[in-house]
Amino acid sequence: MAEILFLEASAKTPSVSFDPITGKLELRGRSIPENSIEFYKPLNDWIDQYAETPKESTTIDIKLEYFNTSSSKCILDLFKKLERLNGGTSAVHVNWYFEEDDEDMEEAGEDYQAIIKLPFKMIEVEEI
Amino acid sequence: MEEEHVILSFKGLVTAELLASVLQIMETKMESMDESPKTKKKVFNVLVECLQNLYHHVDDNTINTQESIERKSALVMISKENGVFTIRTGNYIDIAKASDLKERLQIINSMDKEGLREYYQTSLELSMISTKGTAGLGMIDIARKSGNKLDFEFLTINEETSFFCLNVKID
Repeated sequence: MAEILFLEASAKTPSVSFDPITGKLELRGRSIPENSIEFYKPLNDWIDQYAETPKESTTIDIKLEYFNTSSSKCILDLFKKLERLNGGTSAVHVNWYFEEDDEDMEEAGEDYQAIIKLPFKMIEVEEI
Repeated sequence: MEEEHVILSFKGLVTAELLASVLQIMETKMESMDESPKTKKKVFNVLVECLQNLYHHVDDNTINTQESIERKSALVMISKENGVFTIRTGNYIDIAKASDLKERLQIINSMDKEGLREYYQTSLELSMISTKGTAGLGMIDIARKSGNKLDFEFLTINEETSFFCLNVKID
């Protein structure tokens, strides 16, 4: 079974909390590393491992202030893995948080919604 | 400098450390500015993409001689006038790459907001990420977030080299 994955936020990377016991996954902060592959690989690997014995329901909370285009591709890959999981043994839900008036982050959520077949809930908050 | 309302300018090699410093300085400077969080975020976001473009696209397969350092150096200038932020970058580029880039920028500039959204989504879905971590989405993202046409120029330096200038406005 996958173990809990917890990473503190840094100036260029978000905090990560992936919990296999509750099926709750969270990315929070900003994601602007020059090369995001290095940062996202362990996250993608974790999902592969989690997918072997997932919870019935999996929720991912995306609470990003902003992310660069290098991260956007890695986040898409993460969603693709969750999309496959959703078709199998776990019901996956995405909660996409964005700050009031932040059309860019709202649109970014809509971009993924247009590409990925997962239920997205758009949640507007005062501050992330 | 003061008359042109320059907030920050830099000329030199774009390293990961420099990138982190410039972003941190800009963030601190913008904190005290009377701007909406929305505008601040846009400026920061566009700046990240512009700087990372410079960082990734400067060829680094040469030995650092004085000449090659000059060739790899880039210019960055951030200014604000009448409520409009301008991010200017300048860097050397191979002539061959310049014509590809010019074509891409012309395509981007021919699109409206909705067109850019579709172009971004298609590119995001189809693009392959390079080993450098680039996905070829930077310019589309810059154009989308800025909401203005990209102002650019290629100055021919010699038979092999061109100098690429990009001006991005955020209002």
